Amino acid sequence: MFGKLTWSAIPFDQPIPLASSLVVGLIMGAVLAWVFVKGYAPYLWREWITSVDHKRIGVMYCILALVMLIRGFIDALMMRSQQALAFHGPGYLPPEHYDQIFSAHGTIMIFFVAMPFVIGLMNFVIPLQLGVRDVAFPTLNSVSFWLTASGSFLVTISLVVGEFARTGWLAYPPLSELTYSPGVGVDYYLWALEISGIGTLMAGINMATTILKLRAPGLTYMRMPVFCWTSLASNLLIVAAFPILTAVLAMLLLDRYCDFHFFTTTAGGNPMMFVNLIWAWGHPEVYILILPAFGVFSEVIATFSGKPLFGYRSMVAATMVICILSFTVWLHHFFTMGAGGDVNAVFGILSMVIAVPTGVKIFNWLFTMYGGRIRYTAPMCWSVGFIITFMIGGMTGVLLAVPPADFVLHNSLFLVAHFHNVIIGGVLFGAFAGYTYWFPKAFGFTLDERLGKAAFWFWFVGFWVTFVPLYMLGLMGMTRRMQHYDRPEWYPWTLVSMAGALLILTGIVLQVVQLVVSIRTRDKRRDVTGDPWDGRSLEWSTPSPPPVFNFAVYPDVSGKQPETEPQYAAIDVPRNTPTGFVAAFFATVTGFSLIWHIWWLVIVGLVGAYATFVVFAWRDESETEVPADEVARIDRANRQARSVALRGHAA
Amino acid sequence: MNAAATSMEQEPTSADGPASRRITVGYGFWIFLLSDIIMFSAFFATYAVLNGATNGGPGPAQLFDTTNVAIETACLLASSFSCGMASLAVAERNQKWTQLSLLTTGLLGTAFLVLELREFSSLVARGAGPTHSAFLSSFFTLVGCHGAHITAGLLWLGTMMAQFYAKGFRENIQHRYLCFSLFWHALDIIWIAIFSLVYLNGTRL
Repeated sequence: MFGKLTWSAIPFDQPIPLASSLVVGLIMGAVLAWVFVKGYAPYLWREWITSVDHKRIGVMYCILALVMLIRGFIDALMMRSQQALAFHGPGYLPPEHYDQIFSAHGTIMIFFVAMPFVIGLMNFVIPLQLGVRDVAFPTLNSVSFWLTASGSFLVTISLVVGEFARTGWLAYPPLSELTYSPGVGVDYYLWALEISGIGTLMAGINMATTILKLRAPGLTYMRMPVFCWTSLASNLLIVAAFPILTAVLAMLLLDRYCDFHFFTTTAGGNPMMFVNLIWAWGHPEVYILILPAFGVFSEVIATFSGKPLFGYRSMVAATMVICILSFTVWLHHFFTMGAGGDVNAVFGILSMVIAVPTGVKIFNWLFTMYGGRIRYTAPMCWSVGFIITFMIGGMTGVLLAVPPADFVLHNSLFLVAHFHNVIIGGVLFGAFAGYTYWFPKAFGFTLDERLGKAAFWFWFVGFWVTFVPLYMLGLMGMTRRMQHYDRPEWYPWTLVSMAGALLILTGIVLQVVQLVVSIRTRDKRRDVTGDPWDGRSLEWSTPSPPPVFNFAVYPDVSGKQPETEPQYAAIDVPRNTPTGFVAAFFATVTGFSLIWHIWWLVIVGLVGAYATFVVFAWRDESETEVPADEVARIDRANRQARSVALRGHAA
Repeated sequence: MNAAATSMEQEPTSADGPASRRITVGYGFWIFLLSDIIMFSAFFATYAVLNGATNGGPGPAQLFDTTNVAIETACLLASSFSCGMASLAVAERNQKWTQLSLLTTGLLGTAFLVLELREFSSLVARGAGPTHSAFLSSFFTLVGCHGAHITAGLLWLGTMMAQFYAKGFRENIQHRYLCFSLFWHALDIIWIAIFSLVYLNGTRL
């Protein structure tokens, strides 16, 4: 009846996962109870869960990312403390548990923190910057989000029902094959990523179509803000790379479920095929993450330097060059495969070449700041911190791109330090810069500056204190993913690294405090003009938060905005629909029952998902109308607030 | 309009503002199809790598029946023709011919699928199932993935027919039909790649 699922799937004998899942369950239960007792449930359902508004969906993506960041960071703390304790001893995490933790940490941080964070920012900002009313396919957008949420839900329940993969975040075969990983851990990993991967692919199609086909009159390609350009490149990469992930994970699933022989060590299977294919997705993936962050920095640095971006055209060119080159370097992830000196040399040189357009960007940001009137706000702190951190991370990357050096450093903590250097210092700092920068646009009030800067300094210093020791340990020969060790010269460095993780923890706590304090004091920090930073792109011409239709009339980018009031007309906005939520519900049911081999439930889930789409296809009304009076009222209020603020400014 | 003005405004779509719904839907679906083709290319690449890994069992030359494949191909190409006829009928808003052409498309698609399943089951019966070797795993997955797409397409086709019947030729249903026909033709293109690279290449002397 329930396939492989029995009571023994719940780890009653393991106090750590049991206690932590109880805590998570209690928090979730408390939040749900609070929502229902306070009577917020209908509001949440009507205004958020069924919303197809790109702004709401963008915010929900970011919330998902922040929640999962905390989960992933707890894993990180456990790893650091295990290594700090496991000198000449077993530590407190047994190997089979430690292996799940580092696998979950990587999987969560890439797929359920970094991805939803950048997709959330793009979702929120892109239509506003393009001067349009929504993305190309609003309902599909909702489906994408909820499929991502479905994937993170599956990863999260693996904490309490069964186990997670013990294979590392990319689940290399033959270790991830059924022979060596007979449990449900790898299946959780595979189905969670298949489901959320489809969501990401659809988000990419949606965004690419939006940028290429929906732009305000006069907004030609070379007038788009750089964030739009980097998002375009990122989404084109999603469209080109995620299908490879879907395919390669499907092959591993067939190996595990149907006894196929793609990557087995028997019957002619080829495990290196998996490694090649997964990195053919995986390398573009790192640019999918970093390019939107580059876009955020371009917006933030230009705004807070009080200057237009230096070298706009070279920035666009560099973005598109990175977009293309990102598909030509995947082999540098496994120089030690043994492809031979010539192949390694080609990929090594290409990997160094891709640093050139990135260097162009760094210089453009520096020249934007040069001679500018710089305001060191919190978003600007993240940006300057990024330039320093990312540049050093990039240089250690160029070092790893030299095949002979890579043979020494491969699989060591040096590599771990390198990619955290670029992902924390690049993607995460970018996401935080964007979060602080666009928060007032989303909610109508600014975040507390002092706490924001304090959080930045703890993150920044904490990052270096955590990861410089890992560089040193890597050079001293410590490999990644070690559960215990007995080399005395490593011990002090692991302690320092642990201390750094605690500094980062302080940074995260400060961010939570910042959010709470800012919400409590929101009346004092209202953004009445819609433009708290004196920004120049189109999103700052809307009220904060923008109305559901974003723009009362399409802005005309080719000329100056007329001061006179436009002719208001009624606006059709897409109708809310539970399609995304219901489809993701059935996707979760299908995924869960596939993991546990509950075949009848698989059929129920698939039929349910199909029925959801038929019901959606059958609806007769897809839009609701915002009457002209309402449009005029909202727009006039904004014009009024702006002119009052401007007059106050002038006086 | 003088030359200077035209050179300044070379991008009419963006100068005119957001594209129409029909353009956006078709364009977005094209991007989806490209991503689908990339997914197939991953399966093609795997097939190319594992082609020789027969694990001491039969290889392409011993297994493929070109007559069966020829009939399959004919069915699929003919179904694309009737799918094109359906597009014309939809443009004419002719319910009878729309339904008839779509039914023909569906029947030909089903025939293709039956032939493919017959080929698969005969291979399994001869001991050449997908679990036998890496080559057969990749063959069944590549061709089976196309078959799964055809199955999904047939499901979509049935839904399309029901929508035309129940709702008429509403604009958003016509947009969906545009996507369906693009999907169906794209599956032809992928089949031609399978036909050439897997079957013809596998059975050449």
